[in-house]
Amino acid sequence: MTTAVAERQRGIGGAISDLFFARPQLVTFLLLTPPLLWIGVVYIGSLFALLLQSFYSLDDFSGLVVHEFTLSTYAQLFEASNAQIILRTVTMAALVTVASAIIAFPIAYYAARYARGWTKALFYLAVMMPLWSSYLVKVYAWKLILAKEGIITWFANELHLRWLLDGILALPVVGGPSLSFSYLGTFLVFVYIWLPYMILPTQAALERVPANFIEASADLGADPRQTFRTVIFPLALPGIVAGSIFTFSLTLGDYIIPQIVGNSRLMIGQAVYTLQGTAGNIPLAAAFTVVPMLIMAVYLWMAKRMGAFDVL
Amino acid sequence: MSFMSPAVRFQNVSRRFGSVRAVDNVSLDIEPGEFFALLGPSGSGKTTCLRLIAGFEQPDEGHIEIFGETADGVPPYRRNVNTVFQDYALFPHMTVGENVAYGLMIKGVGKAEREAKAKSALAMVKLAGYESRRTAQLSGGQRQRVALARALVNGPKVLLLDEPLGALDLKLREQMQEELKSLQTSLGITFVFVTHDQGEALSMANRVAIFNEGKIVQVGTPSDVYERPTSRFVADFVGSSNVLPPEFAAAHGGHAAWTSLRPEKIQIASQNALVPAACAHAKGIVTAISYQGAVTRITVATEKLALIASTPAGTDVRKGDSVSLIWPKSAMVAMGEGA
Repeated sequence: MTTAVAERQRGIGGAISDLFFARPQLVTFLLLTPPLLWIGVVYIGSLFALLLQSFYSLDDFSGLVVHEFTLSTYAQLFEASNAQIILRTVTMAALVTVASAIIAFPIAYYAARYARGWTKALFYLAVMMPLWSSYLVKVYAWKLILAKEGIITWFANELHLRWLLDGILALPVVGGPSLSFSYLGTFLVFVYIWLPYMILPTQAALERVPANFIEASADLGADPRQTFRTVIFPLALPGIVAGSIFTFSLTLGDYIIPQIVGNSRLMIGQAVYTLQGTAGNIPLAAAFTVVPMLIMAVYLWMAKRMGAFDVL
Repeated sequence: MSFMSPAVRFQNVSRRFGSVRAVDNVSLDIEPGEFFALLGPSGSGKTTCLRLIAGFEQPDEGHIEIFGETADGVPPYRRNVNTVFQDYALFPHMTVGENVAYGLMIKGVGKAEREAKAKSALAMVKLAGYESRRTAQLSGGQRQRVALARALVNGPKVLLLDEPLGALDLKLREQMQEELKSLQTSLGITFVFVTHDQGEALSMANRVAIFNEGKIVQVGTPSDVYERPTSRFVADFVGSSNVLPPEFAAAHGGHAAWTSLRPEKIQIASQNALVPAACAHAKGIVTAISYQGAVTRITVATEKLALIASTPAGTDVRKGDSVSLIWPKSAMVAMGEGA
């Protein structure tokens, strides 16, 4: 008499389970096909179409797109007014990134090293809550804060610091008639809006630095400053780089913040918006769009060469 | 009078975490050049003691001296003491060579000199030529050696090892035990190591402190603590032991006190075997046999209590046999109290 080793399979569900168990690669295939189709066709495809557009040109007289390969559209990027847009945007993105990193680090460090229990929950709440409300609402709120009749001016008056505010606004380039019409205002709003994207990856990186690395460093004679420089910062760097990818690329592409808070000088995003809309110059808009992608590619390549991803 | 201050001195040291007394009024002298083991179950305070020496913790009460100098309030980076961490704590963003040279780099030793020193430190732990490897490429045993080289290259006065061999497999552990011992002998540095493995403590250390619930329950040489445990806890924790109640011990020629009797001191004989004059005996029935390779542990239920005898493998005793247990009266060690 023999006893069956295998339990009898139960219905169609059981059969499917058995099939998946025997062929794990089938599961992978089924799971990956929809997202790959989405990314491959919709995302990469449209990116490719964009790239293609940037090699066409606009006929100045007819205002029609000439579907012939040319580099003349890219050459237009180097004309003074366009080059200034690029330079202005890249400078803004770089400054926003540096400022975000400097502000984010202590917050991330506190959250990773010291916050426990409810302080940790409070940290996540404080960092994430701004992300729950509408971006437009936040930007308009800032416009009110920074306006000439706004709370900052009011505070400056109350504290008899109006001379300081006026002095800052009188600065060349960054100043303006009021904070809401100056580069300084644009910068402040950018830093505020993108800060969570810098804090979270930095905190995640710091979270992964075991406490005993810090003890080992101290044990080997390093004071806290040396430990920070030689152990904590290098290990947090991949997180800071990840955060800077967000702050840098988001600033490069944004066209709403400089539209609402700032002077009338264009950033790349605004240029793309106007060129593809009212101007109907799709090729130049596409060429402008390629610029941030190239900058990010160069940036990532440099970060990799500096060893920012070695510890990942 | 020649006077040499101890390498490490604990004077009534306590360290609390919340309401838990992790270290409770510990006093201890560790002599220069000793290979000293802190032995105890997990949570007994041994690791906290090590961290107190390293400076990662400060005592709530009492004082610690390292080579006669007070360690009160001295941060870890100003102590001439280095630690080999349990999970090694090698820096993943540095090569093996950079890890070993780290302490020297911090002290401002020039690049050429520290590279040379790191190289010879790695050679000392038999990892010559591994300088440019990344730590992720190393096996557990190799990481252990790197951690050792990284600590020793600084020339510490005391080397602290936190469960140094805990993560290694048996063969490697035995090999590293030998190497650590010979390294300690040749360098002459005071080694203090924490372990929960009594075999490791007995085989490596000159002296052992046994911890229980934040207190030191016994300090002595390995043979002291093994042969003459002063408490049931030590008798039980260091090796296994039969603990005889006072009445039983007295009835078999011992003192009327809680008494330790090591299983390997008990011989198994047939019920009518002659008992030598200096020996005690008890009759009983074999209730369990546990084969353990080199030895076999045999549990015998006597009239009063069950005793465990450990005999060389290959005895022909079977479960249910009536046997006589014979042991030298001198093997019964009376302990201080019942605790």
